[in-house]
Amino acid sequence: MSNQSYGANFINRQSFIELDARSRATALFDAGTSRELLGPFDRVESPWLPMQGVTPQEDDGCVVMKGKIGRQAAVVVALEGAFQGGSLGEVSGGKMAAALDLARVDNEKGIPTSAVILLETGGVRLQEANLGEAAIAEIMASILVLRKHAPVICVTAGTVGCFGGMSLAAGLCSYVVMTREARLGMNGPEVIEQESGVDEFDSGDHALIWAIDGGEQRYAMGLADALVEDDTPQVADSVRRLVSQGVPPVHRSSQVALYRNRIEALDSSRHWDPRELRVLWTTNGSEEEKR
Amino acid sequence: MSEFTGVRGTVWFRAFTGQASPMPGDPKSVLTADAPLGDDHARFLCVVPDPHARFPCARHGEVGLEEGYTLATRVRETIEQDKNTVKRPIIAIVDSKNQAYGRREETAGIFLACAAAIDAYGSARLAGHPVIALVVGQAISGVPLTHGYQANRILAFDDDGVVIHAMHKAAAARITRRSVEELEKLAKKIAPMSYDIRDYAKLGLLYKLLHVANPEKPSQQEVRNVQRELVAAIADARTSPVDLRSRLESKGALEMRKASILVRTKMEAQWLEK
Repeated sequence: MSNQSYGANFINRQSFIELDARSRATALFDAGTSRELLGPFDRVESPWLPMQGVTPQEDDGCVVMKGKIGRQAAVVVALEGAFQGGSLGEVSGGKMAAALDLARVDNEKGIPTSAVILLETGGVRLQEANLGEAAIAEIMASILVLRKHAPVICVTAGTVGCFGGMSLAAGLCSYVVMTREARLGMNGPEVIEQESGVDEFDSGDHALIWAIDGGEQRYAMGLADALVEDDTPQVADSVRRLVSQGVPPVHRSSQVALYRNRIEALDSSRHWDPRELRVLWTTNGSEEEKR
Repeated sequence: MSEFTGVRGTVWFRAFTGQASPMPGDPKSVLTADAPLGDDHARFLCVVPDPHARFPCARHGEVGLEEGYTLATRVRETIEQDKNTVKRPIIAIVDSKNQAYGRREETAGIFLACAAAIDAYGSARLAGHPVIALVVGQAISGVPLTHGYQANRILAFDDDGVVIHAMHKAAAARITRRSVEELEKLAKKIAPMSYDIRDYAKLGLLYKLLHVANPEKPSQQEVRNVQRELVAAIADARTSPVDLRSRLESKGALEMRKASILVRTKMEAQWLEK
């Protein structure tokens, strides 16, 4: 992707990041094929937030839609980053796990159904702590079964990014799609600074954060499968392409020997310039593991 | 409490397997061994502190890059070895405060290292291995997700030193903009927020809470009792579905996870509508 094309498209692009979760989900489907499940009018909201004086939301910040992508059945689950930081509570987490399981059942019935999860989240919702964490564990279990039948595609576009337990769920997905604005990492910069000190990670250093967690870096080091502009048609195209690509021969999280060797080969006595890893890890992982 | 993290893991690993060493080629922070358990030969795994670990942010028993990929390697090895034979029980002994909080870890994608372990444990469960997590100490934040929650059955000690939680107290207070005192007060009336293992047990996620007088120095009789409980959990897992539905169908879940159950019922009905 040259700078020139990036610049040219910049003028006409339709931002995906500026869309809310519902509009993001709708934009991924073939026009007119989607419908929402357990929408705001069903009013299934968090039972735990009102007990703490926090206003709940009637969809609990999680939008589930069923429809067609590239004329094939698909379910999209989108987290709303603007509600409680996209965090996973009992209801929002339960909605995602249930959607993935229902897609799996359809696959078993002979209806090929893919799943797309739009992750803008810091991870567990701390007000629902252990039930949020349990829901994330169930989402992971559901991804592992579903991805045997059909691809599970993670899209993280920004601005929240994907952190905490849900970054691990992203790691289990068949494909990861990111924009340059998105970040993907387990521990947020503030948490690392708090736990290990400012010398370990200066959370005020935005260039450092994006150099490590940013979409361009994750794509270049082979931890994301597509890097797209913040442009809705481009995101939708990328998702459609990955849906039609189907299940990968080996999932990234199963390529243990490859990544274990890569970690072993790193010099752990110093910090690395993230660009070093782009060079060291550029070989196509799934190709290597297949041999 | 935190400086003792890892003591219990080693104690129980040794009690079950008669030793406490890593497998050849593995970092010292991951103990793996096969040992008799009931009529089975089980694979035991535990993450323990290694003060000389290669990565400086993973020297106190944290789950880091090497730990994630080593757990994944040893669990996948079990699946591979038992492909055409009896599926060995896999016992995850859990006693780790948190994942490694470091810049190197983020740069090299610790999220994938943890995902690799989750993939391995989940795949073992789906392949028919009875996977049992035994929480003997702390299991906080990314730890239970990586090393425990993909198990068919989770058991824990009924003890003040046992904590299963999404985040440790000080950080959780800071992020939710509360004082630790406020957090503790809320945790008393909101079970999923509680740091008390007895409240955790009410959520319906645990298979069983076991009593051990002193988990740092168990008597031989207590070790035998815990082994018996593990054998019972293995038998239960072998005769049950390989998914995690028991955590939604348990007595505790019917009471405490009503919203989870409602979401599933309603979603299924709407999914089938035209």
